[in-house]
Amino acid sequence: MNIRDRVAVVGVGCSKFGEHYDRSLEDLVVDAAFEAYRDARIESSRIEAAWVGTLESGYSGTALADPLKLYDIPITRVENYCASGMDAFRNACMAVAAGMYECVLVLGFEKLRDSGRRGLGTFGTHPVVGYGTTAPSLFAMAANRYFKTYGVTKDALAKVAVKNHHNGTMSPKAHFQMEVSEEQVLAAPLICSPLGLFDCCPTTDGAAAAIVCRTDVARSIRPDPILVKGLGLAVTSGEPYLKPGFAYTGFPATRRAAESAYEQAGVTPKDLDLAEVHDCFTITEILNYEDLGLCAPGEGWRYVAEGRASIGGEVPVNPSGGLKSFGHPIGATGVRMIYEVCQQLWHKAGARQVKDAEIGLAHNLGGPGAVGCVTVLANA
Amino acid sequence: MAGIVGVAVSVPRYRLPREVIASEWGATAAGGEKAVANHDEDSLTLAVNAALGLGVDGPPADAVYFATTTSPWAEKQAAATIAAVLDLPPAARTLDFTGTLRAGTSAMLAGLDAIAGGSASRVLVAAGDCRIAEPDSPAEQSFGDAGAALLLGCEAGLAEVVATHSVADEFVGTWRTQGQEFPRAFPGAFETKFGYGRVIAEAVKGVLAKVRIEPRELATVVLPAPTPRAPQAVAKAAGLDPKRQLQESFWTTLGDTGAVQPLLMLAAALERAKAGDLILVVGYGDGADAVVVRATGAAIPAGHGVARQIEVKRTLPSYGRYARFRKLVRKETVATESSSPVILWRDRKQLLPLYGGRCARCGTVQFPKHRVCVECADANGLEEVRLARRGRLFTFTNDYLTESPDPPVTHAVVELDGGGRLYVQLTDCEPERVAIDMPLELTFRKIHEHGGFNNYFWKARPQ
Repeated sequence: MNIRDRVAVVGVGCSKFGEHYDRSLEDLVVDAAFEAYRDARIESSRIEAAWVGTLESGYSGTALADPLKLYDIPITRVENYCASGMDAFRNACMAVAAGMYECVLVLGFEKLRDSGRRGLGTFGTHPVVGYGTTAPSLFAMAANRYFKTYGVTKDALAKVAVKNHHNGTMSPKAHFQMEVSEEQVLAAPLICSPLGLFDCCPTTDGAAAAIVCRTDVARSIRPDPILVKGLGLAVTSGEPYLKPGFAYTGFPATRRAAESAYEQAGVTPKDLDLAEVHDCFTITEILNYEDLGLCAPGEGWRYVAEGRASIGGEVPVNPSGGLKSFGHPIGATGVRMIYEVCQQLWHKAGARQVKDAEIGLAHNLGGPGAVGCVTVLANA
Repeated sequence: MAGIVGVAVSVPRYRLPREVIASEWGATAAGGEKAVANHDEDSLTLAVNAALGLGVDGPPADAVYFATTTSPWAEKQAAATIAAVLDLPPAARTLDFTGTLRAGTSAMLAGLDAIAGGSASRVLVAAGDCRIAEPDSPAEQSFGDAGAALLLGCEAGLAEVVATHSVADEFVGTWRTQGQEFPRAFPGAFETKFGYGRVIAEAVKGVLAKVRIEPRELATVVLPAPTPRAPQAVAKAAGLDPKRQLQESFWTTLGDTGAVQPLLMLAAALERAKAGDLILVVGYGDGADAVVVRATGAAIPAGHGVARQIEVKRTLPSYGRYARFRKLVRKETVATESSSPVILWRDRKQLLPLYGGRCARCGTVQFPKHRVCVECADANGLEEVRLARRGRLFTFTNDYLTESPDPPVTHAVVELDGGGRLYVQLTDCEPERVAIDMPLELTFRKIHEHGGFNNYFWKARPQ
């Protein structure tokens, strides 16, 4: 089955992303959901089912039902590492496409700042194998291998941070509105070599929402719904470091998910007007260019250096500021990307608007590059 | 006939110059430096790593005797862990020898008895000691950490055992009660004169009398050295020539390595022994043990030799780092994490002797031993394969985010010789010198104490 043109987004919402010590998860969820209702000009009573994406800030459908008082309807929690949000969106789209519902809500959230932890902390389920692993360490190991393979150095990464921080200054809901210079990025303290502080996305609180309808219903709600053209998800090993032969210069999960989404959408990377990609770390964005087919393997560092990923470039990447600048409340991110692509396709992105945007891609990556999720959206 | 068929030592790579300790307390430095176990080492891991240096991957031992005064467990056997890491059969006898500085030589005597009695034909004596001295005490400059292993057998191998003798002696000279954290010594020369000197002389006399050997016939004499000068007087009293016959104690370079010291010195003596050389080894503590062996002159593989292990070192940058390693300073904000003895037990063959799997269909060697092949998804079961202890660095990162007494934590993907990838931490390394493709060796370490117990696994370090 192909998802193309069967479902559409009729409204999106996004809380302010940031360090919300003074705001609860409920505040963020309500902000995002009610903005989406307003955007779609619908009442919450119109919602027939919902999907909620979160890594660990809430459990079960009640995590959404309670703040929104959205009772007595089917609500499913989706957890797929950092791709939880976009996978929630994907599941919602499939249920609507299957004909079960006409109008559903997708909402992703994460409240990271309430714990006081730096980043996601260490993770792993085994007492001693992989003990002490942190999120940046997993991507830093890819960076060192990428450097060795292609003869690249750390300054290649800094260009991603500079670009995404610049875009963030035009993104009012982003965590940061702050330019950084290449020198600042390179001089920042190391987190996991070669990644310094400015190579890492921040620890952020936030929520984002989207309302998905069957396309005919969507057209009755608004004249300009955003059509879902392709949805790809691929899961590979969650322990790539133990997988013999794993090259560590890219993520097969992204490649498979992108191939699937492009095929459904009937587009190629050349057709994209913009892409919101998972730049949890600067190296990840460079690998994403390659995995998404924006450029050839080994050319990603050039893609950003030559300005091809900037607004006004070949395919502007992360006009929102990306995870780097917008922030990465885990479960929220995938839905926040849908939010940004919709803003761009509706030409409502203000100073960061990509000119004449018609087709956009969103890419969410989970775990150590293990869960790749790609969505292609286009104007009706 | 019983003999020593293998010998290896394991010296921690870290050194703490005595000057650093002395200047911390405004004391006088005794000169030289001492070996300090890394934060992930303890007496058990030092003993294991020494035993691995024997190449015990080959002939299995029938018994493992662990000798220490500082077992990482007050209740629970460490020898059982050593036997598991070495993948010895369940019938192997395991026992911990502890409570006295002569635990090393006593374990050796017990091993020789087992061989003589026919209950074992190969006994592994694995010793490790990490005595923690009271801060700002003379012992703090003296105590050093090390491991040593002897493989005893029914043949001469490296040396044939000529005679043994033991003296039991009740003496409160050096002690540590259940409630005390640091070993104590009665102040003054009481023990040197009336414990150490008297008892060692008696043991030396006893063992030589048994085989009618004159002191001057001994090529090398190993006497415990709580201080560099201590053995001199007792050697003279026993009719020995300290200059010619006394084995260097490594006190200046490593410190007083406790129960390990006589075995470490014996290893050094055997390394340079000529065929026919008589070596006397003495262990002291609540009595003394004495063993005379005759070297065969057989060569010892150099890799785990004493000289090389003293030479390969890394200087601790500060007293503070040492204090953190030995938990003399305490962090209160460390996250409390759990562990699972259940998982560790279930995975014991993979975690201790480090078995992986080889796919019968595609041949891919993999860790852990999956049910379904990670490469070709074949579900017909992987064949158990013991992974190599050496490999090359595929990729890495120096992680400053992970909590550690010795930051950064270096995470490493290691491509093992003979196949399989391992994801472990690097240890004993200079983070800024870590580079892809560098040759690595595996080393057995304590990973953490979550769950309130010692959790062991492997790490890697530069070869």
